[in-house]
Amino acid sequence: MLNKNQNSIIRLANAKKSFDNKVIINDLTLDIYDGEFVTILGPSGCGKTTVLRVLAGLETLDSGDIYLDDKCITQVPAEKRNTNTVFQGYALFPHMTVFENIAFGLRMQKIPEPEIKQRVNEMLAIVKLTDFKDRQPAQLSGGQQQRVAIARAVVNQPKVLLLDESLSALDYKLRKEMQNELKMLQRKLNITFIFVTHDQEEALTMSDRIIVMNNGSVEQIGTPREIYETPTNLFVAKFIGEINIFPAVIDSHIDEDKYLANVHGCQYTISTDLTLEKNQSVNILLRPEDLRIKELDDKATSVQITGHIIERNYKGMTLDSVIRLDSGERVQISEFFDEDDPDFDHSLGQKVAVSWVESWEVILTNE
Amino acid sequence: MLKRHISKVLLLLVYIYLYTPIFILIGNSFNASKYGLKWNGFTTKWYELLWNNDTLLQAAFNSITIAVFASSIAVAIGTLGAVALFKHQFKGKKFISGLLFVVMMSPDIVMAISLLALFIILGLELGFVTLLISHITFCIPFVVITVYSRLSNFDNAILEAGKDLGATEATIFKRIILPIAKPAIIASWLLSFTLSLDDVIVSSFVTGPSFEVLPLKIYSMVKVGVSPEVNALATMMILISISFVIAAALINKSDKSV
Repeated sequence: MLNKNQNSIIRLANAKKSFDNKVIINDLTLDIYDGEFVTILGPSGCGKTTVLRVLAGLETLDSGDIYLDDKCITQVPAEKRNTNTVFQGYALFPHMTVFENIAFGLRMQKIPEPEIKQRVNEMLAIVKLTDFKDRQPAQLSGGQQQRVAIARAVVNQPKVLLLDESLSALDYKLRKEMQNELKMLQRKLNITFIFVTHDQEEALTMSDRIIVMNNGSVEQIGTPREIYETPTNLFVAKFIGEINIFPAVIDSHIDEDKYLANVHGCQYTISTDLTLEKNQSVNILLRPEDLRIKELDDKATSVQITGHIIERNYKGMTLDSVIRLDSGERVQISEFFDEDDPDFDHSLGQKVAVSWVESWEVILTNE
Repeated sequence: MLKRHISKVLLLLVYIYLYTPIFILIGNSFNASKYGLKWNGFTTKWYELLWNNDTLLQAAFNSITIAVFASSIAVAIGTLGAVALFKHQFKGKKFISGLLFVVMMSPDIVMAISLLALFIILGLELGFVTLLISHITFCIPFVVITVYSRLSNFDNAILEAGKDLGATEATIFKRIILPIAKPAIIASWLLSFTLSLDDVIVSSFVTGPSFEVLPLKIYSMVKVGVSPEVNALATMMILISISFVIAAALINKSDKSV
C-alpha cells in the first residue's frame, strides 16, 4: 500500500526537545508521506504528544528542523502553519454554535461569507451534523463533539491533520465506530492523518504505518503487519499485543538462515536473517496464536518443552490458556476453535508439549 | 408538622432581624417627625431638602465618579491579570494567586495606612488621584478572582485551538476569551462599583478636603445626630443596590446557557 517514492509531506530532522532538563524528544528523524494514515504509538510519557504539538507549532524545538512539503517551517508559528489539530478534550469553543465553531478557521483566513457557508455546510453533511448546526457544544454528546472537532479542523483543508488521543474519551462501541469513520474520512479527503494514541489495537486497526515511540526515540516504524509480526526489538514486541519470549542458545548453524537452538534443554530449528554464532544467546519471540500444544500423558517424555496448563479462558473465538513450563516460566497460548471438534478444551493440570509453527518465530539477539 | 412551623418562624425572625433597621430607615425618610421617634405623618420634604443640599449631592456625584472610574480601571487591569493566570502555567502560580487573597482579606485599616504611607513618600497631594488609586487597588483582587474562576471552568486548550485555526493573540482575546469571560467581567464591575461606593475606612485616610465622597460626608453629618435627609439618601442608595442585585442575577441567568 505504501509507495516509498511518495512525497514526504512532513519531515522531522534531528528534532530535540527537553522540559526542565528532562529529554522529551531525543534526536528524532522521520518522514511522513503524503496521504498516509500514520499512528504514533507509545506508552504515556514517551513524547508522542510532544511530537504532535511540535508539528502543530504549539511547542518549539530546542534544535532540529521540521519540513512541511519540503519547506522549512521550524520557525513558523502555529497560526500560520498549514496543519490543524483535533485536540484530546476536543477544545470546542463553548460560546459558539457548531456552525460557528467549524467556520472559525475559515473566518480567520478571511474567506468570503458565501464560500464559508457552503464549505461549513458541506462539512456538516460529511460528519452528519447538519441538524445540529445551531446547537452549542454543551448540548452535544461526546461522539458529536468529537465530530465537530474533526470537522472544525478538516474544513480548513490542512495538508496534515494531527489527532491527539482523539478517541480515548469515547466509550468502546463509539470508539470502534469513530475508528471506521475516521478511516473513511481520511480516504475520502486524501489528507495525511497523524494520529497519536497509546491504544495498540486502535493503531493496528487504523494505520497505514505505525511509529512506535519510547523515551523520546523511535523504536520501530512499519506497517501494522510488520510491527506485529516482525518486531525489531523487545520493547516493540512486548508493547504490541501479547508475546512469549523463550531465551535460547545457538547450538549450530544448519544452513543459510537456519540454526539449531537450545531452549530449556530441548532443540528447535529456528530461522532468521541475523548472522548468529555458536553459543550466542538469543530470544525467540512467539505470539500466543503461533504456539501449538500437544496433550501428553503424565508419564510421557518429550523432545519438546513441557509444562502444565494452569489457566484456561474461553474467549469466544479462541481458547486462551496459560502454561507453566517445567522451567517455571509462564507462556500464553491462544488456540482457534476447531469446528470439527466440539469438545475442544483443556483441563487444568494437563501436561502438554509446546512447539510452534516453524519459521513463524522472530529471533532477537540479547541487547 | 410542628417542626416545619418552627423552622418557618425561625426563618421569619432572621429576616425580621435583618430588615427591621432598613424598614425603619425607609419609614423615617417619609416621616414628618424630625427625630423619628414617632410617626408624625407622611412627607417627601426630606427628599426635597436632599435635592437642594448641594454639598451632599456634590459628594454623591464625587462618589459615583470615583466608583465608575475605579471599577472600570480595576476591571481592565484585573481581567488582564486573570487572563494571564489562565493562559500560562508557571512556577509560583499558586503563590501569586494566593497573594491576591492576602490583599482581599487584609483589614481595610491596614490597606488604608499602607496606602497613606505610600502617598506621603511619593509626595502626592491627597484628593481625587490618591482616592482613585486606592479604590483601584482594593478592587483588583476581586476582579482577578471573579474572572479567573470563570475562565478556569474552561479547558485552556481552546486558546491553542484558536491559534491552531489561524487566530492571532489579539483575535483569540477578542473572539474567545472576552466572550467567555463577559459575565464575570460585568459581575466584577458591579462588585467593584459597590465596594468603591460604600468604602469609608480607606477613603477617610487617602482623600483630602478638596474631594469629599458620600460615605464620609454622611459619617460627618450623623456625628451630630441622624438627619432625615440622610435617611432619604440611604433609601435612594438601597434602591440602587437592589437594582444592581437584580441586574447581576439577570446576567447570571442569561449566562447559564454557556
